[in-house]
Amino acid sequence: MSEFLWVIIESTIKAVIILTLIMLVYGALGVYLERKISAWIQNRIGPNRVGPFGLLQPFADVLKLFLKEDLVPTAANPTFHRLAPIITLGVAVAVYAVIPFGDYVTIAGRNIQLGLAPNANIAILFVLAMTSVGVYGITLGGWSSNNKYSLLGALRSTAQMISYELSMGLALVGVLMVAGTLSINQIVIQQSNYHWNIIYQPLGFILFLVAAFAETNRAPFDLPEAEPELVGGYNTEYSGMKFGMFFLAEYANMGTSSAIMVLLYFGGWQTLVPGGWFGFEPGSIGLALLQFVSFFIKIEIMVLFFIWVRWSVPRFRYDQLMNLGWKVLLPLAIANVAGTGIVSLLLK
Amino acid sequence: MSLEIILFIVLGVMGIASGFVTITSKNPVVSAMALVFHFFMLAGLYLNMHAQFMAVLQVLVYAGAIMVLVIFVIMLLNLGDEEKLKEKFSIRTFVAVLFGIVLLIQFVIIFLASSGSNVLKESNIGSVEMIGNELFTNYLFPFEAISLLLLAAIIGSVILAKRKVD
Amino acid sequence: MTLEYIPLVFMLVFGFGIATVFMYLSEILGAKRSTKEKNTTYESGMTPFKTARDRFSVKFYLVAMLFLVFDIEIVFMYPWAVQFKQLGSTGFIAMMLFIVLLLSGYIYVIKKGALKWD
Repeated sequence: MSEFLWVIIESTIKAVIILTLIMLVYGALGVYLERKISAWIQNRIGPNRVGPFGLLQPFADVLKLFLKEDLVPTAANPTFHRLAPIITLGVAVAVYAVIPFGDYVTIAGRNIQLGLAPNANIAILFVLAMTSVGVYGITLGGWSSNNKYSLLGALRSTAQMISYELSMGLALVGVLMVAGTLSINQIVIQQSNYHWNIIYQPLGFILFLVAAFAETNRAPFDLPEAEPELVGGYNTEYSGMKFGMFFLAEYANMGTSSAIMVLLYFGGWQTLVPGGWFGFEPGSIGLALLQFVSFFIKIEIMVLFFIWVRWSVPRFRYDQLMNLGWKVLLPLAIANVAGTGIVSLLLK
Repeated sequence: MSLEIILFIVLGVMGIASGFVTITSKNPVVSAMALVFHFFMLAGLYLNMHAQFMAVLQVLVYAGAIMVLVIFVIMLLNLGDEEKLKEKFSIRTFVAVLFGIVLLIQFVIIFLASSGSNVLKESNIGSVEMIGNELFTNYLFPFEAISLLLLAAIIGSVILAKRKVD
Repeated sequence: MTLEYIPLVFMLVFGFGIATVFMYLSEILGAKRSTKEKNTTYESGMTPFKTARDRFSVKFYLVAMLFLVFDIEIVFMYPWAVQFKQLGSTGFIAMMLFIVLLLSGYIYVIKKGALKWD
């Protein structure tokens, strides 16, 4: 029982730290980068009033969102209208339970993992399961609003997400064939000495990347919120922080997708420069910090790529989107699995 | 009481409660969401029995795929006023109750027959590696048969939907 | 063993808890100047007509059904992929047979034009 208490205390501390990270890194920094980069691409200045270089802009935005009037249309179903943003944000946060931010640190003879449950045997499937549950937030949000735009946006979004989930799952099978485990930490450990999985799974990575764009509803797959036709899509009838929760979840999901791609294909927390250069021992705080910074840099590069694509590529048409998912990505993903199998059997 | 027992009781009670909401609620969306919650509780029970792979599949397949389909159906049918659906005593209800009673008797028999010795002890029977090994050696034929079943499901769904599209 | 999964469940509860707190905070802190007009459904400035809960194209339903079948197929591939190196070529041939059967179903779907969006 005391062991149980210890686990709860440890989890609470880690969860609070991770939540702060999500809010600051993915929420604040993500939004700031998105606004600054979009401004840069469109030859504007972007936020520059609140704080130095406009860095405090995201915090001002959050404060504003909390103080905004919270409108619920009379025609809406109030229970599900409230439940939808909770599901979306809750699921987006829960995924971080299995993401390792580094190997481990030894404090007072205890090996503390840098992550809540990174060694869970089913970690990577947990991420997929949570993504598939996240669909409910969008579906319920659109349905409960009782607004035509919302419902159409939710429908499109759900159909899109479930279609690309298939390619994502199949791309993952390729990685699993190389790794032979479902534990994320184990997959990362196998990629030591710069044997990143991207070398063995280049096609798989591209498939995963495209599917990740569609799963996060980011441009060029942002049809659920295609402004000219659907206003705001499934979140049209949301205001105040409830809208902010959808918004935050979108950025958290972008961060999650980036993190998963880094973990699966780019060596995760494996350091960018060998830890031996600084004389760091395994388990020391120095090495853990170096791992965390390396992981963070890799994620930020992925996030920057997400933002760059969003502001450079036009939106797909809906039939093009469904065709890409079902008629291009799905066969390619199956071919990737078969190809990986044949090559690794021949090399054996 | 060990942690496993406490978790079993908590998950079991919450699972039964959500199952009860599923069948008694008048609003089909409430029923569906209660069922999703129920699946999460089931996943928790699987985890408690060290069947991690089963637990995650429970969420991935049932909560993530099948219930999405159910939600779609609810939206597609647009069951506006559920009160209208109230049916009188019919042969269908009678058969349903009959089957329910049979199932209950079965449960009682199983409970009485088991002496508690066949309760699953700590093992890795639910791990992915175990399932992979078993499925592709001892249960290879059933596995291939499943592909035929899934093929039939694909064709069936297309025929079902196409009739309405054309 | 069970303890290993406690943090996972904990994070689920924690995430949903935080989200609930956010929602209530938003409802408490936000301004409250509600009017009848403000609470109508948004429809680009027009007075909303009929309900939004209309029936929609059967194609979405078809996509969901096909997703379900293919998702179950992929689920069978995970244990195989994890054990791929141990199972060797026998396992690979077994899985290829499984995939080919389902690919024939996939080709049927495409040929029937079930996934054609117009």
